[in-house]
Amino acid sequence: MSQVINSSLKELGQMLASKQISSVELTQEYLNRIDTLNPEINAYITLDIEKTLAQAKAADVRIAQGRAEALTGIPIAQKDIFCAQGWRTTCGSHMLENFIAPYDAYVIKQFDAAGAVNLGKTNMDEFAMGSSNETSYFGGVKNPWDRSRVPGGSSGGSAAAVAARLCAAATGTDTGGSIRQPASLCGFTGLKPTYGLVSRYGMIAFASSLDQAGPMAKSAEDCALLLNTMAGFDEKDSTSVNRPKEDYTRDLNKPLQGLKIGLPKEYFAEGLEANVGAVVQSAIEEYKKLGAEIVDISLPNTQLSIPVYYVIAPAEASSNLSRYDGVRYGHRAKEYTDLMDMYCKTRAEGFGAEVKRRILIGTYVLSAGYYDAYYLKAQQIRRLIAQDFTEAFKQCDVIMGPAAPSTAFKIGEKADDPVAMYLQDIYTIAVNLAGLPGMSIPAGFSDGLPVGLQIIGNYFDEARMLNVGHAYQQVTDWHKRMPEGI
Amino acid sequence: MAWEVVIGLETHVQLLTNTKQFSGASTAFGAEPNTQACEVSIALPGVLPVLNKKSVECAIKFGLAIEAEIAPRSVFARKNYFYPDLPKGYQISQYELPVVGKGHLTIQVGNQEKIIRITRAHLEEDAGKSVHGAQEGMSGIDLNRAGTPLLEIVTEPDMRSAAEAVAYAKKLHELVQWIGICDGNMQEGSFRCDVNVSVRPKGSDKLGTRREIKNLNSFKFMQQAIEYETQWQIDTLEDGGKIEQATVLFNPDTGETRAMRSKEEANDYRYFPDPDLLPLEVTDADKARVKAEMPELPEAMKARFESNFGLSAYDAATLTASRDIADYFVATVNAGAEAKPAANWILGAVSAKLNADEKSIAHSPVSATQLASLLRRIADNTISNNAAKQVFEAMWAGAGEADSIIEAKGLKQVSDTGAIEAIIDEVLASNSAMVAEFKSGKEKAFNALVGQCMKASKGKANPAQVNELLKQKLGA
Repeated sequence: MSQVINSSLKELGQMLASKQISSVELTQEYLNRIDTLNPEINAYITLDIEKTLAQAKAADVRIAQGRAEALTGIPIAQKDIFCAQGWRTTCGSHMLENFIAPYDAYVIKQFDAAGAVNLGKTNMDEFAMGSSNETSYFGGVKNPWDRSRVPGGSSGGSAAAVAARLCAAATGTDTGGSIRQPASLCGFTGLKPTYGLVSRYGMIAFASSLDQAGPMAKSAEDCALLLNTMAGFDEKDSTSVNRPKEDYTRDLNKPLQGLKIGLPKEYFAEGLEANVGAVVQSAIEEYKKLGAEIVDISLPNTQLSIPVYYVIAPAEASSNLSRYDGVRYGHRAKEYTDLMDMYCKTRAEGFGAEVKRRILIGTYVLSAGYYDAYYLKAQQIRRLIAQDFTEAFKQCDVIMGPAAPSTAFKIGEKADDPVAMYLQDIYTIAVNLAGLPGMSIPAGFSDGLPVGLQIIGNYFDEARMLNVGHAYQQVTDWHKRMPEGI
Repeated sequence: MAWEVVIGLETHVQLLTNTKQFSGASTAFGAEPNTQACEVSIALPGVLPVLNKKSVECAIKFGLAIEAEIAPRSVFARKNYFYPDLPKGYQISQYELPVVGKGHLTIQVGNQEKIIRITRAHLEEDAGKSVHGAQEGMSGIDLNRAGTPLLEIVTEPDMRSAAEAVAYAKKLHELVQWIGICDGNMQEGSFRCDVNVSVRPKGSDKLGTRREIKNLNSFKFMQQAIEYETQWQIDTLEDGGKIEQATVLFNPDTGETRAMRSKEEANDYRYFPDPDLLPLEVTDADKARVKAEMPELPEAMKARFESNFGLSAYDAATLTASRDIADYFVATVNAGAEAKPAANWILGAVSAKLNADEKSIAHSPVSATQLASLLRRIADNTISNNAAKQVFEAMWAGAGEADSIIEAKGLKQVSDTGAIEAIIDEVLASNSAMVAEFKSGKEKAFNALVGQCMKASKGKANPAQVNELLKQKLGA
């Protein structure tokens, strides 16, 4: 079976089509692995074996009828931020501990329509606020490469599930780096698409102008197949972009000859751990061998991206999370004296420390008298940051750099230092602020821990980015390496 | 000291759309609680708003009707506050950039016309309803209304009396129904006014501190509330007191206004642009398309009634005071009635009957077509005006069409000269005393003879002909 769990989605599809394995068998294999490994890794919050196997059975029927699509019968782990009808959907929070979603998110609908199997709901930082998965109400997630370390976050459960081969592929969401940073720390391929490419409908909101769902998988090719299913215009999301459907696998095998790679000097400066920098540099050397040209560029406002993000994201979050008031669903305090007391106790009990911190920051920056100095100013700088990229893409086709400043850090190491934690996203946040697509692919190891290479593309240039990732994965095998003991 | 009251209005107009401002849930009134609350209305985790295009058309219509600037780009903002009937914990509204900018509305108070400036009108969504007392120790929440499209219309502080404020509110009420963007049903909350009232020494150009009377849903209450509030503020100031800015509620039972808890005032709504919605763009083409669908506006129709039909300014204004009256008048004329008698009948007999029966013209028992057929029978001398009144009464009571009633009651006028002459001859023969009186110069006797002729004809003789023929016979 070790061959099966390390197979690409395309290979799995072929095995299913040729009846080498059924979807039920494949799904059961992953369920068995989850049974063995999840108690320690804690990648999944919710499993529903009955529902999962029912989908696998239905997929087998579909395959037998010759109506299979690329993902039919493939077991996919869903980040617990996507509402899935009849599934408990917690968003990593005590607030939604017992919330059963009565409707499907757009992303879930797309996977269902493709005949994919929902393997379970994965762990995450509470309301996607965190870079280590340590803010989850359902406990931290262990990095399969070193179980004393974090998997990154906020999509830490999906990350560990992909790395430990507890699913064929997974979904994540990325507001400031929540797909790319864990992809880097857990050694797999993760793509955050252009803002608006994947509908946010049914994806529990953290920061609406930054949130974007994307694929988390072993390879660029797998990500392309997943994105084919996830992307699409949705009239239920006003920020969803109405453009023709694309086949993201179409350019996978294009030669990279003449590709211009921009290297921002700000991404190789102070703050980047030397060992991580070295791995990234060696990956870039590989690209030169593939015929790419290197262009030195500058993204001068990079340093401002963290302060700007920590104004805008909390501002939007403070408002987005107001609906969790104990009135209609979710947690409600057991005892209270009046309405205000009910609100206060419900929210004090239901939210964890990081979520409360961000609600407080967000409420503050939107308050009368502070709005202009913080929120408005941050929006102005946000435009400057986007402008940096527009200028850069006049000189290059893609931008490369590290996805995270370090390899996976120890559990607890940064838990009490929010600012150190926020710096984890220094190379990823600007991409969200600009609404651009970003991707992290495995580029090697440092002291046995994975290091990711970040590839940033221009708006809606995902097909090219996947081509760039895939070409590298044809000449390297970092993406095929598996942690020991799984 | 002489005082002057300064009044501005904020009106929430519920837009006539089938679905909610940001979701596909129904807006119909009166359904079982929470049966019209979809996942968006309940604000489930993960749901997103999608703007109702019809509501935007309503806003554009209103902007065109008040000759306002319509913003090519306006922005939806979140107004953040906690309340159980506000499911998202924020209301989506428009703050800095509303869809409708400066416009105006002309009102008439007595013989005076006055222009009321409208500051802005913006799109927003309604909250749900808290239902108290249905369950012991608990409050219920009904989210059927949550998300219902509203247009909030804000005036400058241009009104100087309760009468002006009520005239403005009535005019606005008629206008929004006229252009078909609101059903105007005040009892169901489709048209609600908040009135800002302040007073200042007459002649001063500084505004006094205002108090806002919330949620007035009848013109009568508005009049009472403003009058009470104005007097209360004057009394307070004359007693050496100070007016504190406050939100007040009007109690129809006591006729008084009373301040709500001042805590409500301390809200900081933390407005910011809603990142879930793109800015609303309205192009010239959009405006042109909506304009093409707009009905003729009351002012234009009034002018047309005066010039085309020769109606007086007063009649034309009264007929165009509401779309229903205007429609009824136009339908009557289109069905073949002459304009002037049609106007007289509608503003006279029809209005009197409607008032007496407390009915609206849209529900008039006598339809415009029925009225027109009656008026045609007067015009072609089939019946007299007096007989027409009888016919109208019968039609009102549901006795059928004009012609059948005339037939059944035998009200057809006798216009046959021979028949009338026969009656006159008979009357003259049997009233020789009256004839003698007339001949001796008593003019009154002539009228008495006409009366006798009419009586003899059982009221059916054409009075004009009787007059004419009688004069000939008497050689007068």
